[in-house]
Order: sequence, then C-alpha cells, then structure tokens
Amino acid sequence: MILYFLALVLFVMGLYCLVAKKNIIKKIIGITITEYSINLFLILLGYRSGGVAPILLKGMPRSEIALHSVDPLPQALVLTSIVIGLGVLALMVAICLRLYEKYKTFDMSEINELRG
Amino acid sequence: MVNLPDEVGDPTKGMTSIVKTIVRFVLGIVIMFGAYIVLYGHLTPGGGFAGGVILACGYITLTLAFGRELALRKMGDTAASILDNSGALAFLVIGFLGFTGGYFFLNFIDHGQTFRLFSAGIIPLCNIAIAFKVTSSLFAIFMALSIFGRFMSRLVEEEE
Amino acid sequence: MQGYYPLFTAIPLAATFIGLLLSKIGKRMADVVAFLATAILAVMSVLMLFESPFMYKVGGWLPPWGIMLAFDGLSAVLLVVINVISFLAIIFSLKYMTTYTAKPKYYGLFLLMIAGMNGVVITGDLFNLYVFLEIASIASYALVGFGCEREELEASFKYLILGGIASTAVLFGIAFLYSITGSLNMPDVAQQLELVGITRAVAFVIALFIMGFGLKASAVPFHAWLPDAHPSAPAPISAMLSGVLIKALGVYAIMRMMFHVIGRNELVASIMMFLGALSMVVAGLLAIGQDDFKRMLAYSSISQMGYVLIGLGLALNPNVATTVAALALIGAIFHLVNHAVFKSLLFLCSGSVEYRTGTRDLGKLGGLIRKMPVTGATCSIGSLAIAGIPPFNGFWSKLIIIIALIQGGYMIYGTIAVVVGFLTLVYFIKLQREALFGPLPEKLEGVREAPFAMTLPLVILAALCVALGIAYPLVDRQLLYAAQEAILDKVAFMNLLMGG
Repeated sequence: MILYFLALVLFVMGLYCLVAKKNIIKKIIGITITEYSINLFLILLGYRSGGVAPILLKGMPRSEIALHSVDPLPQALVLTSIVIGLGVLALMVAICLRLYEKYKTFDMSEINELRG
Repeated sequence: MVNLPDEVGDPTKGMTSIVKTIVRFVLGIVIMFGAYIVLYGHLTPGGGFAGGVILACGYITLTLAFGRELALRKMGDTAASILDNSGALAFLVIGFLGFTGGYFFLNFIDHGQTFRLFSAGIIPLCNIAIAFKVTSSLFAIFMALSIFGRFMSRLVEEEE
Repeated sequence: MQGYYPLFTAIPLAATFIGLLLSKIGKRMADVVAFLATAILAVMSVLMLFESPFMYKVGGWLPPWGIMLAFDGLSAVLLVVINVISFLAIIFSLKYMTTYTAKPKYYGLFLLMIAGMNGVVITGDLFNLYVFLEIASIASYALVGFGCEREELEASFKYLILGGIASTAVLFGIAFLYSITGSLNMPDVAQQLELVGITRAVAFVIALFIMGFGLKASAVPFHAWLPDAHPSAPAPISAMLSGVLIKALGVYAIMRMMFHVIGRNELVASIMMFLGALSMVVAGLLAIGQDDFKRMLAYSSISQMGYVLIGLGLALNPNVATTVAALALIGAIFHLVNHAVFKSLLFLCSGSVEYRTGTRDLGKLGGLIRKMPVTGATCSIGSLAIAGIPPFNGFWSKLIIIIALIQGGYMIYGTIAVVVGFLTLVYFIKLQREALFGPLPEKLEGVREAPFAMTLPLVILAALCVALGIAYPLVDRQLLYAAQEAILDKVAFMNLLMGG
C-alpha cells in the first residue's frame, strides 16, 4: 500500500512542477515525472513479491502460472507507454528549442502573446 | 577495436584522444549487445525497442566522441529517414501478411521449439523491423536537436 | 468488409510511411499517396454503413486476452465523419499547403492523425484506445505548430502541456480500471463492473475520465487550449481539429466509456449536462467579442460541443424515460455529424479567404461575396446552418435536443439551449457582416476567387449542409437510429464478446 502512495507522491510532485514552475524545461520535467509515476503505478499493479516469470512451459498446469506468476500485462503496457512518453518528450524539446529561437527566453510568463 | 578512417584522428574535432580510444574499444561491444538484445528479444527481456535504443546510443557515443561529421557520414539524414520509414513499413507488411491466415497480425509462421533462436513465428521479424525504426529515428531526433541547438547558440552569439 | 476492419488504421499508417519514402523520388508523390489513401478510406467508411455489429480479433487471439476491435452503429457514424471530412480536407490541402514548406511531412502527420482517430473509433480495448489517442494527439500537437511562427509555437506548447495532462489522466483511469477488473477488454470490463457496482474507486475513474476526455473534447473548464490551438494551425488542420478531432478523441471516447463501459449513472449525467450548459453559454458569450475569423469559429466550436454534451448528459440519466433518452441521443449524434460538416466548411472558408487576402482579421475584411462568390455563398450557408436557420441541418439537430430537454423536464437547460441558439445567430451575423458583406476595403480590390481544388470541398460540404437538412427524415431512420440503439443497448455491446 505504501508503494502506491509513492506513485501518488511522484504524481503530485510532477503536477506541482508543471503548475508552479515558469521555466519551460522544468515544465517538461514535471510532465515527464507525472508520466513516470503512472508507469510506476502500473508496474506495481502487476507485481507479486516472490512471483515467477510468466512463461507457460509444456507440462505446467495453467492454474499454477495464474497463482504464482507476476502479471505480464502491465509490463507490456508500461513499455508501450514509455515509448509514447519518448515521442512526446522529443516533440516537447523540439518545440521548446523553437520557442527559444523565437522568443530568446525559456520563461513561460514572457511567452504570452496569445490571450488563452 | 573499431576500425575508423584516418581523419578521425583529427584532434580538432570531437573530444580528447582518451575518449576516442575508449569509444573505439566500446563501440563494437555496444553495437553487438544491441544486436543481441534485438535478436533474442523473443527469448529474454528486451526486444526491438530496447535493442534499438542501445544501437542508437552507439551512434550517439560515436557522435559525441568524434564529432558530427563522421556520424553523419555513417548514417546521413536521408538514409536515416529512409531506414526509419522502411522499418515501420516492414512492420506493417508483416501485419498485412497475417491476412493470408485470415487475421491482421496473425502469427502465420510455425512457432517452432520454445527457447530456440528461430522460434516464435513473426515476433523476431517484428523485433528486427522495430529495431531499424527505433535506431534510425532516435538517431535522427538526436541529430536534429543537436544541429538545431548548434544553430541556435550561434544565433545567440551573433546577437551578443 | 468485416475482414478488412483493421485496414482503417493500417491504410493511413502505411500511406504515411510510403508517402515519406516516395517523396524522396518525386515532389508530388506525397500528395498523390495522401489523396489515394484518404479516397480509399472515405469509400470504405461509406461501405461500412451497411454492416451489422461485429467484433474483430486482431492476430486471431481470443477476446478477453487479445486486442479486440468492435464495430457498431456508433463506430459507423464516426468513421464516416472522420474519413469523409479528412478526404475533403486533403483535397483542400493540395492547393492551400503550397504556401508552406515540407509538404510531405505535413501529409505524413495528417495521415498519422487519421490513423489515430480511426483507431480510437474502431478499438474495443482500453489500452489500445490510449495508444491511438496519443498517436492522434502527438500528430495534432505537431500540426498546430507546423508553421513554426511565434504564436503557432506558443499555442502548440500550451496544447501539448494540457494534452499531456489529459493523456496522463486517461492512462491513470485505465490503470485504475485494470486494477479493479483485471481486464482491458471493454465488454469484459463492463461485465466485471456490473458485478462491482459504483464503488469509490470507480467514481475516481469516472472523475479521471471526465477530466481527461473533457480536456480532449474541450468542455468549458478545460477549454483554455482550443481557442489558441485551432486558429494557429493551417486551415485544413483547423477544420480537422475542430470538425473531427475533438469529437473522435473527446466526445466519442466519453460516449463509449460512460454508456458502454461504466454504465448510465445519474451523477455523471448531471455533471455532463452542467458542463454542456456551461460550455454553450461561456464560449458563446466569448465568441461575440472576437475579431479574428478563426478564433471566433474556435469559440463557437466549444459552444456547439456543449449541445452535444448536454444531449449526452440527458441520455446518460437512467431515470429519464427511454424514449426521451433516445431522442436526446439522436439529437446529440445528429448535431455531432452536422457540426463536423459545417464547422469544417467554415474553417476551410476562412482558409480560402486567408489564402487570397492574407489576413483573417475581421476588421480588415469586408464585401468579399462580390469578389469570391463561391467562398462567400458557401460560407453563408455554413453560417446559417450553424445558427440553426431552417431548412439547414443545424436547425433539426438543435430542435431535437431542445425538445428532448423539455420532455425530460429540464426546462432551465432547454431555455439555455434556445438562448444560446440566438447567441450563435448573433455572432455569425457579425461574421457575415464584417467579412462577406459591407464595403470592400481598397486593399482587397484585386482579390480573386480561390482555385478549384479549394472551392470544390467547400461546395461539397455546403451541399451536405443542405442535403442533411432536407433529407433529415431519411438520415434519421437509417443512420441515427442504429447509432442510438447501439449506444443505449449496453447488453448488446457486452454480448460482442461472446459472438464473432
């Protein structure tokens, strides 16, 4: 249970970073932290202490796997979500560089030509 | 020891000769390890994405140690883009071939014996396709960002 | 057609990569590939209208474990909307995008966005939904900033940050649902949730989904990104974002989740109705004050999506009589389709005006109907349709929603819907007067009609506006009933797991 709270704490830290910091780079770090807190949460969902690898060998009863193995699905999900996170991160950094080129600043409060 | 052309020894480009020598030693191992991770992706942890990231990291160390020109000669941006798209396309074609058995992404090749290198049907093929895609696109992202960063710092210098 | 269901995502994905590869050979190849791919998709989506509900097993894996693609009346309507509008937007882009560089990359991102939206609509798997949601979102972030100018980049970054939060919330919700039910297959999750009931964990999931999909659909408290992002994109992309993306990623996902996975619930119903009413009023009032052509359209998008949300909210309430719920749903879906048609028409009009005059500031425009007759006429038809003037399509859908609200006993919401209808008329009359009629500024004396590739989609969309209005009874029976039945019938959706 305490581990789930760790994921929650990470999530809230990321959100704080996203909302309170004005520097764009820090905002990007914040959004990455929130993403990783969800990944941690997903991994914890499938974790079973002392579990075995989820490989069904010949002659092994299915029920045994179901009882003792780690849940493999969240791991696959986390891999996918890491890949997506990488794509978003690359795009964010690229836009960030472009913003710096145009505005000569990383401060979000100075990048405010649009009215919202 | 990786064999690199002579002008690589040019001390004006890249990092110091200590780094260059170590990279020469390490690079082959990194590439080999990446290829291992890709090819054994269906048997051990790893796979196309993880292996592809390792392969791309090999290229990135090359860039860091020897400068951008050499890395771009090994894989130019056009080549990276073509590899990138054809890797993704190969993955889709594998999916389309599943229609021969009636379903998209059907594992239509014989599964073989468990824990052998040539087993698990289409999964190793998918891994290889993904590895090409990930290697080239990560390398392209790195190159694009670094070239753009260089361009920008020059811009800032000019203003000062 | 059943066997080819996954092609709806496979074709645009393949076209993305083929187009980028072939663009190394010939300059126009990317245009050709994108045109062909979207044409095939549009034809396929129309053919799908004649299918009955089924489910598709990707890779031949059995449902609760493998990825399942589901098809029913709702998916059919959304597929037609997405693919037909994107085909028309591609035709428009053929000429319009010549003012930009890097056309092959534009088409690549465009096709990726279509792949993502089609994927969201066809999938029956929760995580798959998230993946396609992200594909479509990432492509749209890049497309909003495509021009790489100051404002476009800023809008894109804002959109990225808020979209990132939305995606995180959706993924968190999906992870929670997985921890409650141990499954990701939508019908399977629905069955498990029937046993669990609405516990506190499920309520948390609902909150996360409303936040996540509400941000994507840009309902009012979450709307801050849309008025910046949609006007900043190139015109065909604005049409796609406002006309299709917010519906496929936001409203469709809300419908699927709330009706089919979680089930009808009174609390959610009242929240959705409140969000809808708030969106209608706030965005409608804000739209009047805008003097940028596209910005006004963007606010009006939020306002019109409020109608859809209020209709959905009414149908979500389990205490409302079934006939009223069905009526509200028909109104909501019909308005969704109509909004896709006239909002993309209006955005494309703004694009062709901008292409010829170089500005979209309403103060600098005027009298364009004399210089650009086709654009002007189609723009007027679009404005009249969105303002709810009979016999255009917008009138019928708004009427149905208002009747349903009054029959359901929500007099206040019904009154609000009527008042916002007048509000819409007000700001579209302002748009007409400042852009199309009135004196022609001297600067615009030399303006000509937009090229054929740009006026053709406008004419087709305007014809659709009229046709959907006049042929309303036909559409009503064929399309909307199927969609409405599919949505209200949760059991049929759960049974997809067994059949197929």
